[in-house]
Amino acid sequence: MADKGSWKDGITNSQVWKSVFRHGDPGKDRRNQALVVLSNVFLHLHPVQARKSGLRMSFTWCMGGITFFLFLVETLTGILLMFYYRPVAEYAYNDIVALREHVPLGIMREIHRWGAHAMVVTVWLHMFRVFMTGSYKPPREFNWNVGVILLLLTLLLSFTGYLLPWDQLAIWAITVGSNMARATPFLGHEGPGAALLKLGDIKLIHAGADVRFALLGGRFVAAPALMRFYVLHCIAIPLAAAVLMAVHFWRIRRDGGISGPM
Amino acid sequence: MAEVNPPAPSTVSTGKTASPQVMDRRSFFSWLSCAWLAFAAAVAASGTTMIRYLFPNVLFEPPSQFKIGFPDDYKIGEVFEGWKSKYGIWVVRSVDSIYALSTICTHLGCTPNWLEGEHKFKCPCHGSGFRITGINFEGPAPRPLERFRVALAEDGQIIVDKSKKYQQEKGEWNDPESFLKV
Repeated sequence: MADKGSWKDGITNSQVWKSVFRHGDPGKDRRNQALVVLSNVFLHLHPVQARKSGLRMSFTWCMGGITFFLFLVETLTGILLMFYYRPVAEYAYNDIVALREHVPLGIMREIHRWGAHAMVVTVWLHMFRVFMTGSYKPPREFNWNVGVILLLLTLLLSFTGYLLPWDQLAIWAITVGSNMARATPFLGHEGPGAALLKLGDIKLIHAGADVRFALLGGRFVAAPALMRFYVLHCIAIPLAAAVLMAVHFWRIRRDGGISGPM
Repeated sequence: MAEVNPPAPSTVSTGKTASPQVMDRRSFFSWLSCAWLAFAAAVAASGTTMIRYLFPNVLFEPPSQFKIGFPDDYKIGEVFEGWKSKYGIWVVRSVDSIYALSTICTHLGCTPNWLEGEHKFKCPCHGSGFRITGINFEGPAPRPLERFRVALAEDGQIIVDKSKKYQQEKGEWNDPESFLKV
């Protein structure tokens, strides 16, 4: 017994162990429990103390948590897919087929795809819960708006990811979807007010210079659009979503934790 | 900016401006606003440059203006499909005019097919039908196919300009540039 204890103490008293774990055994006292959580970058995302209602599944549905989990699933599977997929018109479709037929664990893209569908559903259910419990009300009104932008980013992630298989369904869906950008006020060449933006006789907003053109990198869905959507899907939008998620989680704590029942 | 202002009748700048190297409150704020203005201008300029970066100078797309041969190459009453995949137009010659129809369905942007037997354009996506003139008559398409500007080049060939389009529902098909009189 004494040998075992000293062996254990030998590890926990070593410099390596102490450099990783700053505080003592969390089982011994409440102060240590709090310190362990607060001094760990992953654990500190969750509060040391939470309301009982905040832990009740029937109240929160854990929908925000499930959404975050799905975001992590999408990040992991997305990175794995990037090892094979090339966003070039000549290769894109064949790479997608190869991911199913020739690559081990051909289900990877399906996990990514179904995870994306599920994430849209869970974001919606999360907002439904927040709305029905009145959790959007002051002082949480700012965080509701952050959440609305996150909903938008989730939908944009779905939209940009939809083009990447580069099949007929993808190309036409993005053709139709991006046609909506033509009607953007002032910035789309068929939108209201676009005709007002001109220098003398020169139109500033036209089919070759408007918000749709910036999105597609051309006048219609072609190879440049595939590259732009790939960069938006894999880097720009996830980065923006990660920053806003940090703000979102931070504000939950600042605004008094998960709201209690009304 | 470096010289000291005459002592202003304020409580702040009394006694503290002993040495000419020390900046007084007023010139500090004017320098500060200059710095902020310069910073804002730099941010605006780099932002504008980055937006401009998204618009490439060279596009590897089919040209929007192109020649499609002589008017006599087209037979009366026929829909010419030869330019459909290359330029995205049908060229139709009626008894007295030639016009270029867009191959984009006005419902959701698919590409219809010309059915010679039924003498109509039919969209495979949702079944919109258009007559040879481009007028919609069946299916969900809300308006007729669009036409493009056609003109005669100096060498007598027909020149099509896809950057200018004419919509029937706006009365633009009466525009003399929307068709070629033959």
